[in-house]
Amino acid sequence: MGSRHPFVELYKSRVREIWREPEVLFWVFGFPVLLAVGLGIAFRNKPPDEIAVAVIDGPGSAAVVETLRAQPGFHVDAIAPEEAGTSLRMGRVGLVVVPSDPPEYRFDPTRPDGLLARGRVDDVLQRAAGRVDLLVPKDSPVSEPGGRYIDFLIPGLLGMNIMSGGMWGIGFAIVEMRSRKLLKRLVATPMRRTHFLAAMMASRMTLVFFEVALMLVFGWLVFDMTVRGSLASVVLLSVLGAFSFAGLGMLVATRAQKTETVSGLMNLVMLPMFVLSGVFFSSDRFPDVIQPFVQALPLTALNDALRAVVLEGRDLASQAVRIGILLAWGVVSSVLALRFFRWN
Amino acid sequence: MASAIQVRGLRKTYAGKQPVEAVRGLDLDVPTGECFGLLGPNGAGKTTTVEILEGLLPPTAGDVRILGLDWAHDQLALRDRIGVTLQETKFSDKLSVEETLRLFASFHSHARPVEDVLAETGLVEKRKAWVVHLSGGQRQRLAVASAIIGDPDLLFLDEPTTGLDPQSRRQMWAIVRALRARGRTVLLTTHYMDEAEKLCDRIAIVDHGQVIALGSPTELIRSLGCDHVVEFALEGDAPVDERELEELRKLPSVRSVRIEAGAIQLAVAEPHVTIPPLLAHVARGARPLASLTTRQASLEDVFVALTGRHLRDG
Repeated sequence: MGSRHPFVELYKSRVREIWREPEVLFWVFGFPVLLAVGLGIAFRNKPPDEIAVAVIDGPGSAAVVETLRAQPGFHVDAIAPEEAGTSLRMGRVGLVVVPSDPPEYRFDPTRPDGLLARGRVDDVLQRAAGRVDLLVPKDSPVSEPGGRYIDFLIPGLLGMNIMSGGMWGIGFAIVEMRSRKLLKRLVATPMRRTHFLAAMMASRMTLVFFEVALMLVFGWLVFDMTVRGSLASVVLLSVLGAFSFAGLGMLVATRAQKTETVSGLMNLVMLPMFVLSGVFFSSDRFPDVIQPFVQALPLTALNDALRAVVLEGRDLASQAVRIGILLAWGVVSSVLALRFFRWN
Repeated sequence: MASAIQVRGLRKTYAGKQPVEAVRGLDLDVPTGECFGLLGPNGAGKTTTVEILEGLLPPTAGDVRILGLDWAHDQLALRDRIGVTLQETKFSDKLSVEETLRLFASFHSHARPVEDVLAETGLVEKRKAWVVHLSGGQRQRLAVASAIIGDPDLLFLDEPTTGLDPQSRRQMWAIVRALRARGRTVLLTTHYMDEAEKLCDRIAIVDHGQVIALGSPTELIRSLGCDHVVEFALEGDAPVDERELEELRKLPSVRSVRIEAGAIQLAVAEPHVTIPPLLAHVARGARPLASLTTRQASLEDVFVALTGRHLRDG
């Protein structure tokens, strides 16, 4: 059997190593799914909470309690006058009703639940007293797919996964090979160095196909998530993201001799992006002053572009700037890495 | 015959607060087809020298020509024609022996069939095994297999048998002999004198970054002026004094005397001439003889004679 092109052999070797490493498979595939399950459960859409109301004992209190309990959505307690202050202060109820004529409402106007309770209780009591509404609006409850937290989260998790996969899969792997003197051994052969680095990148970009498929199928099956834009665009953005972070991973691994060093460096690079780049909440929340910096981060570009395609159905052309940011990070860091790479 | 390796005035100084002169003016000539050994203690500069020859380290000064080419101009061509094993390379744990060899084969322009190299290095049965499951000896043979897969004209082996059990060492020696038989040039480093004696056509003894002796194993041993060592010990722990050693030095056919781990070693040309008067001398003393042996002088004795130290001492 003749030997194949060195790039092909390097690429095959790298893919084999990844598939044969259970830990890598867990961090690439298991971890993001677990994270999505956990956060999906924590932030699932719940029916609205009942409105907690207290009615102070006294003449007429029984009638008020009865009127309110007859309506859905209230949790009504009858309490002694001296408890009223505590109940409000502790947040056990949003509103205390003093059943005088007319009734008195005690609530904290800065608390949303207090305001809500005041409005709802007032409506019920007014109607019970004989008020006739002039308008009878029609309520149409809406749950827009794509508007839930999990819909926001899944593209963010995909982006985060592409980042950590690229950094660990390239950066850590390279430093490990260096500390094993395997890089030195490879340089002692006629192997072209660009073949080696290109194969590392290509293997990483292959793995991304599976990551995208897993996250999207998982989101679809478990959370009924839909992709509004084209799947091809999602895949293309992910591959581009993988390229960008593979470059960064390579740059971080350029000089490090020990895996401990590179782990620290990678965390240093990734931590700001975990926080700033809109994985778990929108990066818009950060002040305008730092927005140019936040927007220039590769993970922000990747997350925002993924969300634009997945949630809003935008096309790639509309994401040109973000695509440009990802490309720039990938190209610049790869070139620098190649220039300063330490082989032994 | 053309030189496979030609080195003139090689120097390597590692920069630092206290610069280390690892190699201090070293000359070498290794003709094609020879198995040449660099023998010396740890830290003698063997690995530095070899890594410069392999083009992995730049020399501080000096001229290096490998297969008539030099590293500055013919890097890729040279890499294709040499094979290298480093000390302690760890190949990817989760690739099989065969996959590892196919990878290395792909780098070379005229790689040998993987099957042939597996057979030559005794790894046929392990071809499907992952590297992580190989023994130390098998890993070392894989290292050699990866170095000869490109059918190199010149093979560098850096301490190929360090840390191996006796059987694995003999397997490694057989591989090296087979290579030599195919007309390839081999340069190996070792701090095992028996390995150098058994494998090498010629040896350079290296100490403190310089060649302190050069020749075939037989020539080097003969240079001691005596082929034999008579070693004896006396009852009791009392040290032997200088005057006593002077007495021994005067015995017939004795060239030198030294004390080694409580025993007295006499370098002698003809043991049968030395031993009768030696026994008579001991009989006149107060302490009876505890042991007496004779053996052939070895490269170790050459090294000790040249440096006053042992190879293993470093």
